[in-house]
Amino acid sequence: MSIADKYNAIRIAAVEKIDKMKEKPHVLVGTATCGRAAGALTILDVFREEADKHQLDIIIDEVGCMGHCYAEPLVVIAKPGFPTLCYGPVDEGIAKRLVVDFLVNDDPCYDFAIAALEPNDEFPTFEDFPRGVIEKKIILADCGFIDPNDIDHYLARDGYAALAKVLEMEPYAVIEEVKSAKLRGRGGAGFPTGVKWERCFKAEGSPKYVICNADEGDPGAFMDRAILESNPHQLIEGMIIAAYAIQASTGYIYVRAEYPLAVARLRNAISQAREKGLLGDNILGSDFSFDVIIFQGSGAFVCGEETALIESIEGKPGVPNHRPPYPATCGLYGKPTVINNVKTLSYVPHILRKGADWFRSIGTENSPGTAVFALAGKVVGTGLVEVPMGTTIRELVYDVGSGIKDDKMFKAVQIGGPSGGCLPESSLDLPIDFDSLQEAGAMMGSGGLVVLDEDDCMVEIARFFLDFTQKESCGKCTFCRLGTKQMLDILTDITQGKGSLEDLNILQDLAEDVKMGSLCSLGKTAPNPVLTTLKYFRDEYEAHINEGRCPALMCKDLITYIIIPEKCSKLCDVCIGSCPTEAIYTRPDMLKAIYLDKCVKCNNCMVACPPQYKAVIKVSPPIVEEKEETVEGGKEDE
Amino acid sequence: MSKVNITIDGQQYQVPAGEKLLWAALDCGVYIPHLCANKDKERPDASCRLCFVEIEGFSNPVTSCTQEVFEGMVVRTRTPQVDRLVQTAFELLLSNHKLRCGKCPQNRQCELQKIARERKLKLKLTRLRPLLTEEKPVDDSTDVFIYDPNRCVLCGQCIWVDHKIVEVGAIGFINRGFKRKMGTFGDVPLAESRCTQCGECVKVCPVGALVFKEKTE
Repeated sequence: MSIADKYNAIRIAAVEKIDKMKEKPHVLVGTATCGRAAGALTILDVFREEADKHQLDIIIDEVGCMGHCYAEPLVVIAKPGFPTLCYGPVDEGIAKRLVVDFLVNDDPCYDFAIAALEPNDEFPTFEDFPRGVIEKKIILADCGFIDPNDIDHYLARDGYAALAKVLEMEPYAVIEEVKSAKLRGRGGAGFPTGVKWERCFKAEGSPKYVICNADEGDPGAFMDRAILESNPHQLIEGMIIAAYAIQASTGYIYVRAEYPLAVARLRNAISQAREKGLLGDNILGSDFSFDVIIFQGSGAFVCGEETALIESIEGKPGVPNHRPPYPATCGLYGKPTVINNVKTLSYVPHILRKGADWFRSIGTENSPGTAVFALAGKVVGTGLVEVPMGTTIRELVYDVGSGIKDDKMFKAVQIGGPSGGCLPESSLDLPIDFDSLQEAGAMMGSGGLVVLDEDDCMVEIARFFLDFTQKESCGKCTFCRLGTKQMLDILTDITQGKGSLEDLNILQDLAEDVKMGSLCSLGKTAPNPVLTTLKYFRDEYEAHINEGRCPALMCKDLITYIIIPEKCSKLCDVCIGSCPTEAIYTRPDMLKAIYLDKCVKCNNCMVACPPQYKAVIKVSPPIVEEKEETVEGGKEDE
Repeated sequence: MSKVNITIDGQQYQVPAGEKLLWAALDCGVYIPHLCANKDKERPDASCRLCFVEIEGFSNPVTSCTQEVFEGMVVRTRTPQVDRLVQTAFELLLSNHKLRCGKCPQNRQCELQKIARERKLKLKLTRLRPLLTEEKPVDDSTDVFIYDPNRCVLCGQCIWVDHKIVEVGAIGFINRGFKRKMGTFGDVPLAESRCTQCGECVKVCPVGALVFKEKTE
């Protein structure tokens, strides 16, 4: 039997199975890590119990992440005769009503629905909202809609078709196709994937290795986790194709041990692929053999750097090495190795199936395809989004993300996590692609995008990210080990009102030197949040230093909480109960006030004060009480 | 052995092909600051970040310990950019180094002093803040030598000798980031580790971190 026949046989079997399933009502509960955090497993149980109770003949499946974090837990219900609808956030009550009203009776409960999945006359689809208009899903398309624990779901959607096609091509032709698609590495730097493969293909040495870098560690980034948990076969297919192209026989998926669900779903996917003959010896009856090993990293951020990752797999401390030699020529165990990010490899099956021209038709000329972002922070529609490269930050924040929460003022976006930078309002119309972000001083990074509003202090944001990289530095090279520490100390001083203008110059110089002088990309990019905030928000730094004032009222040492008597009510005392340190007292006129020396600035009273009063406010620079000064004087003496 | 022609600071030299620039330059009598470089290491550590040079055609300074020489290579060891990087790296090392040279047994034999002399750098902190706020305990448990982590520059020379020359395996880098240091397994005192007190590591320490006891008296 030929490769194509073999593939068709397993695909047809899968399609038949899935078609049969579609005859019955189908409930999909998003139980990726994000959904579970929102209570998806409870919802899943409710559906199962209620279905039993009503003796319903339905299928309830666990699926991955649909990307709509703001509406978790999410449930999709497909009932023959009705549009397939997506509901969220679903609580236990809604879950019970969906079973009784929709599945038992025929009321689709439109009140709880977010959108329909296909166009229909009853309810709008995701594409009818601004987010759906801009989004273009390639690697997230099936996430949340297929059962990651059942390979047949992936097969029925033309899964592994690209592999069957590739196995009948010359390996070099595969590389040519990826080169022609101009696919660039989604790990952050945007290196052309095809060129990397070509170098590895031409490098001497055997065996060769393929490594999938799933060591996602940026704070607030969860794209790789969602893909691993929602569509693991897409990645595995991409890995097999990469392995065939460079003629590797072993692959590693380097995934964080902190992603237990991703590891479990990957394990299951790998064993199912082996059973179907898609992985292991003589894949689909061809001469090509390849297998995948899961390697769990122990959570060091620096192990996402490819040379450190290799050291880690080899059983050594995860510490980066100088490049060159690049892994493509001298990688794992000194052998030629291709290391690609989860997203990069996930694009590969689509490119091989639909062609390089199709891929190049999406996105921009030099950054074709889509960009996946974890949209977080002060934005209404948080979630996992996939937009064509070249989409502007404005579209991403205001259309895809539906704007800023609570009608606050936009201040900046932090793109690319601790390696990226903060871009101000003037950059809102910047198209998102590898080159323009780099030019602006930020970086695509792995795809975290945090939206910041008027309440976020840019000095504190820079300090926060530098604190992260400083703690995650491996300590091997001088600049990163000591330079980030020096920078962090300066930033901490500034946020505490102890900085000087001279510090600002030293900070700038140090940031430039650490960027230029560090050994690996962690150190080379660690100063980016500092450099971009110094460039775009220098006035905030100067306010901290010159006036002891935090314009965003965020830095605790530079603010004081006070209660405005004109706004406070004699009839209300919720703030007193909310204060953990008994710092709030009732004045003789029954209004409330705060003992500044007792206040620990926990923000509880501000949250507790009823919205009709809004009597608690923060002021900066802080009000200094005279007696407090003497206390401080004693403290300084060390 | 085949040779290539290179130019360093305007002077022409013939150096062995395939050699790393740092060693080629040192053999030609051109000093480039360095601490972690080790000719016998297959893959340079490139961790001290002191041996930067500029090479014509390269957009940024490169570490000379990792750069192979090539025919027609034009090198400048002193440019504003190189000097700035070396100065910062040097100051950063000093900011975490016990600086009382007069009391250091390695006074006048210290590589840091040599770098300061060669590059006219100050042996005190002018710009950066001292990071060595509390001193780590000195390990004087062995009969032969003492280990003062407050003077260590993390060049790794001692670890290389311990692992590859005497093959004892008593020491390595422990902890990470700012806390990274040379230490024993479990950070026990050297005398309680598998250290044989052969003293070979002491001989390669470029600073006063590992010093024979006879010298400290």
